[in-house]
Amino acid sequence: MFAIMKRELLSYFTSPLGYVFIAVFYLFSGIFLFLFTLTSQSADMSYVYTGMFFVMLIMIPILTMRLMAEENKQKTDQLLLTSPVSLPRLVMGKFLSAFAILLICMLIFLVYGIVLSCFASVNWAVILGNIVGMLLLGALCVSAGLFVSTLTENQMIAAVGSIGLNIAFILVDSFASVMPTKFLQEVIYSLSFFSRYNEFTIGIFSLSNIFFFASVAFIFLFLTVRVLEKRRWS
Amino acid sequence: MIEVRNLTKQYGSKTAVKNISFSVNEGEILGFLGPNGAGKSTTMNMLTGYISSTSGIAKINGIDILEDPISAKKCIGYLPEKPPVYGDMTVKEYLNFVYKLKKSKLPRESHLAEICELVKITDVKNRLIRNLSKGYQQRVGFAQALVGNPGVLILDEPTVGLDPKQIIEIRTLIKRLGKHHTVILSSHILPEVQAVCDRIVVISSGSIVANDTTDALARNLSSDHKLVVRSEGNPEEIKKLLSGIQGMERVHINREAEPGVYEFFLEAKQGADIRRDVSKKLSSRNYPILLMKSNELTLEEIFLKLTTGDNYGGLEKYEKALDSKEKESGK
Repeated sequence: MFAIMKRELLSYFTSPLGYVFIAVFYLFSGIFLFLFTLTSQSADMSYVYTGMFFVMLIMIPILTMRLMAEENKQKTDQLLLTSPVSLPRLVMGKFLSAFAILLICMLIFLVYGIVLSCFASVNWAVILGNIVGMLLLGALCVSAGLFVSTLTENQMIAAVGSIGLNIAFILVDSFASVMPTKFLQEVIYSLSFFSRYNEFTIGIFSLSNIFFFASVAFIFLFLTVRVLEKRRWS
Repeated sequence: MIEVRNLTKQYGSKTAVKNISFSVNEGEILGFLGPNGAGKSTTMNMLTGYISSTSGIAKINGIDILEDPISAKKCIGYLPEKPPVYGDMTVKEYLNFVYKLKKSKLPRESHLAEICELVKITDVKNRLIRNLSKGYQQRVGFAQALVGNPGVLILDEPTVGLDPKQIIEIRTLIKRLGKHHTVILSSHILPEVQAVCDRIVVISSGSIVANDTTDALARNLSSDHKLVVRSEGNPEEIKKLLSGIQGMERVHINREAEPGVYEFFLEAKQGADIRRDVSKKLSSRNYPILLMKSNELTLEEIFLKLTTGDNYGGLEKYEKALDSKEKESGK
């Protein structure tokens, strides 16, 4: 598992992808910090986190597109699947590599917190809570992207497919508003990624939201394992 | 060491491998011979657990590959048709990765250095794999299969893409490894299999058509007591003349090779050497011998022979069939 994770990380940083991804992530978070926090002269970063919701949903597919698609194309999956490694471990290794990149991305918010704390009092609990929230959202996007990447051997299709999937996640709220019955509205609304994520940004650290993101991520990882398994049997 | 029983693989309605059974003993090198698309790679993929079988059993060291894949895979080193190498890694990084992936317990540095020496990639070990030539990539793939010193080596066309010198080196290496490992290697080149393997399994359109030791197959398939002769003159007379040779069992006029020159297939009793007699008989009547060779069968002919059971003119029949097909399509 860690061998696979290490290899993937190495591959992120032997190509420009890892660097570019982190740089663009820092760029967007910097722009949001400047626009929403610094210019309004407040130490409240909640709009920054809201902005990051969309950035992550659009960007993470770029990070995950090649995870399995490239293996399928280069037939290197033959090495992985004939090695004494179980499929869940293989999938976890892939997942953790992209997740580790996200961890590096999140460090910037600690830096922002430190910078802000020089000028105003900063609520560290909220900052840390939001980093956890973004990591949970990130974990979900990574596992969804990994799932789509497993389905194809073309990186572009993997990227477009998972961006589409993520946009569908964003649109869940819009669907809720057009549902005819109150009950359906509530059911769909409870699946809303944005409103759940939003609770983190305004400082609510609720266990049910953590559980929601973690379990959806788990479902996609599980599906990824099943797809690999199924291909073997078909 | 390896046991395969009634293994079948179906892709939808297409049967890629049909009910094949064979076994390989410890320290034996088994050649898997067959044309492209015969099911060699499919069989190997099933043995290594890359794909599952539709039915049947494959056991490695007595462990069923589907029941306990992790333990079974630990005993296997697999070189697929396309070496599974990552272009963005150096050879050293790649082998380290494989070492960890296979959870090998052997001392890393010395083990990997030994493998690099064995397949002669020590001098490229710090280069990116994507910058290596096909032959070197193939050897890196080979090195990967050797990591962890598995008891069973499964090699899918290991010499494809190598130059003649490298081919000889790899063959020697396989022979050396075969002393301590169980090896299955696939190929569509008969001399290669003959040179390396103790036993040959011939597979054609998903079924095994022959399974015998290399010597026995070679004796059966190509032998001195069968000759191809071309001579100028009346074919019927020559046939009569040759039929009189002691030990001759069958004389067959194959075709008119050039104007007035006929080709004959001769078959004598097993073990009889009729070359001198043929030469003497023909020259006694002033029939010039324009060609005489033992009827060594090419792989194509072996297939035709094994699949049709025809000793003579298998290829001719095949060519005729092709001709008539062409004519039909021409109309």
